[in-house]
Amino acid sequence: MIRTFSLTVNGKSVSLEAEESTPLLYILRNQLELNGPKFGCGLQQCGACMVLLGDQAVPSCGLPVSAAEGQTITTLEGLALADGTLHPVQQAFIDEQAAQCGYCLNGMVISTVALVRENDQPPEDLIRERLDRNICRCGVHARVIRAIKRLSES
Amino acid sequence: MIGETHTGRRDFLKSMGGLTIAFSLSGAGCFASPENDQLLNDLPDDSQINAWIQLLENGRIRVITGKMELGQGIKTAIRQVAAEELTLPFDSTVIQIADTGETPNEGYTAGSRSIESSAMQVRKAAATAREYLIELAAEKWKVPAAEIEMKGGRVVSGSYQNSIGELLQGKQITRKLNGSAEIYGKTRRQVVGHPVRRDDIARMVTGEMTYVQDLRFDGMVHARVVRPPAYSSVLEKIDLAGLEDDYHVIRDGSFVGVIAEDEWKAIQGISKLQDRITWRETTGLPATAGLKDHLLSLETDSQQDEQEGDPATAIPEASAQLEATYFKPYIMHASNGPSCAVALYSDRQLTVWSHSQGVYPLRDSIATMMGMSADDIRVIGVPGSGCYGHNAADDVAAEAALIAYNYPDRHVRLQWMREDEHLWEPYGTAMIMKLKAGLNAQGRITGWIYDLWSDGHSTRPRGDAGSLLPARYLENASPWPSGGFRGGATRNARPYYETGALSLSSHIFSGPLRFSALRGLGAYANVFAIECYMDELAVKADIDPFQFRLMHLTDPRARDCLTELRAMIRNISPEEGQGIGIAFSRYKNAASYCAVAALVDGSKQDRPVVRRMWAVVDSGEVINPDGLKNQIEGGMIQSASWALMEEVKFDNQHVTSHDWNSYPVLRYQEVPLTEVRVIDRPDQPPLGAGEAAQGPATAAVVNAYYAATGTRVRDLPIIKQQAG
Repeated sequence: MIRTFSLTVNGKSVSLEAEESTPLLYILRNQLELNGPKFGCGLQQCGACMVLLGDQAVPSCGLPVSAAEGQTITTLEGLALADGTLHPVQQAFIDEQAAQCGYCLNGMVISTVALVRENDQPPEDLIRERLDRNICRCGVHARVIRAIKRLSES
Repeated sequence: MIGETHTGRRDFLKSMGGLTIAFSLSGAGCFASPENDQLLNDLPDDSQINAWIQLLENGRIRVITGKMELGQGIKTAIRQVAAEELTLPFDSTVIQIADTGETPNEGYTAGSRSIESSAMQVRKAAATAREYLIELAAEKWKVPAAEIEMKGGRVVSGSYQNSIGELLQGKQITRKLNGSAEIYGKTRRQVVGHPVRRDDIARMVTGEMTYVQDLRFDGMVHARVVRPPAYSSVLEKIDLAGLEDDYHVIRDGSFVGVIAEDEWKAIQGISKLQDRITWRETTGLPATAGLKDHLLSLETDSQQDEQEGDPATAIPEASAQLEATYFKPYIMHASNGPSCAVALYSDRQLTVWSHSQGVYPLRDSIATMMGMSADDIRVIGVPGSGCYGHNAADDVAAEAALIAYNYPDRHVRLQWMREDEHLWEPYGTAMIMKLKAGLNAQGRITGWIYDLWSDGHSTRPRGDAGSLLPARYLENASPWPSGGFRGGATRNARPYYETGALSLSSHIFSGPLRFSALRGLGAYANVFAIECYMDELAVKADIDPFQFRLMHLTDPRARDCLTELRAMIRNISPEEGQGIGIAFSRYKNAASYCAVAALVDGSKQDRPVVRRMWAVVDSGEVINPDGLKNQIEGGMIQSASWALMEEVKFDNQHVTSHDWNSYPVLRYQEVPLTEVRVIDRPDQPPLGAGEAAQGPATAAVVNAYYAATGTRVRDLPIIKQQAG
């Protein structure tokens, strides 16, 4: 059924019409034109589509838009400050050059932001556990782990 | 909307005063064997010119190239070499990538050749521009050219100095590349040899980077393809009644595409259509279990590739013999982002936005498939998810083209689903390697016989239709390409070691699954086999694995890599249940040298974990050391994943590895920490490195697993999964 939804995305309230079973990912990408969250599997297996729901990193490909109503949604585009200063996690990924093709980066940055909100000095075991949902095929994992360690040391 | 430097050729030609150097990039016109090495054309005749570097009066450098950015930071390296020759800062350079309307035809980005070929041609072109400026200054100042140089972007000699603009005086000048221009990069190294940061990563972490998946046009519709249950299934019946309000369906033979205004609706359309189609299913695949025997039973195109001395006599006469057979299964590219394309057919012109590795060959193949003139097709290169070879990028582009052709005047975005990518991409072929060697009393190899079984390694588009997946399902179907080229299978089949008498033979079969180029081609499996076998021989000879390899290596650069690796891990003491393994190869026996060590924890025998990996790499002159390290680190992790757990599974009907659960890959909890040392040799030519780690990394993991557990794995993957 198509109905009107009110969402809070990156600090802004938006109202839009959608079929209520539509996963949040397609709303964010196609209606709100946010390219941060990526389609990777549509099966909640790879993490490419992750967004912050409140403080939790969740895949948006399996979350119906109806379930996201009333929640605070943050995408990659909403992490930097208004003056353009990057979130420390974004900056850490740049400093460590922790990317190759970059397609999976959205999910890894989002997972890491959720992690450091909970524990700003996460041990390596916890880093590995929390990023385990994020698949990367280029093999930048070791750089990402270094980036997060560097972040918690600074 | 494509990116920061989307400037057309018209703008390029009418821009401010500038000096343009025209040159030829090496891949031009070489569609026949994109995986083959090609010679550089330093001094092209006019017909071969297909690339330009332009130096503007304001000190900006613009490079126009046909190379795609594939996550390997090639753009950064190309900008570095250009900036160095013109003594300008890195930030003064821009680069424009592949687009059949605007950039030169460079064939394919493949085979670790981007640095060796494209970047070196750009470097020579930039040096030519500098020499021309010096000529202008010499004439103006009446000073010998040998007494003039460039510094900080200015041309200087004693008390004379001019900016680029002062020398060009608003003129537009075009010159051809001079292959003998002095290369500043070899000696000055102000920009080259430094870990310049990639500027695209800053756009990636903010979501500003535009991938082909992110293209969005006014009025764009969404498409999906409804797949048959098996490679050779035929559509017998389709019932479209009642779907007209929501869907537009394109059907041609057994090819079915569904279009909707909304993407979610298009996705739901796949199963709706599937319920309304009757397929004539077919079986005939041999199933994964027993694949090795099946492959050995196939008819082959066999030949002896090399023979030196008489190994058949030398081996039995040796004091010890060893025979071993190794197996590498089909593995996937499995890009994290499934393939995607956008196509528009309007006014009898077809435009396709694609992450293909070769926009020109793709254009020509689409032209053949559609019966169109290639002149009416434009393929625009846009970055996609990392591909690691020939994945489904070309297939999805061809499908989008077919659908758009039948639904004109609207942009059609076709996004493959995860299952499409896993089940239909062209895999890296399975291979079997049989080795037999003899050792003398001192533990030296005296004879070596190597036989390999492989399918081809490339079915890239080359102007034919059959290499494009949808062409096989059309009413007027094109046959599958076969054979591929032998050079892919035999890459690195020859050991880099002194082996005494030697015989190498290859047996090319036509295997059950669709195949094409995957990172390293045959070198991956050949190096895996050779390096695990060297480990087995070292044990048999009771000689340390480093020492055993060094005994058989004469190339000092190869020896340096192993010696450096040994020093790197000297203080590593494996704990109970852990083991260290090593391996070495020189990619293609002509490109980068790479020695790898792995520390494997085998305390859970059925679930080994690679804890750490180390590499030493010698790629000659290093343009960007961090870019090189990133390639090697990523290559080691990807290869560890291949070695540990990757295997395409299939039953009698079709592939069953349809998602990340049925085709698991290495994830964060089990990923190794990595460390790479670079041996920089500025006096040597730069060597491609993108594929250098694949073979040795897998062999190091397998050898470490043996050191940890005492179990020798000859059939990959190490962890055998349940049938999918």
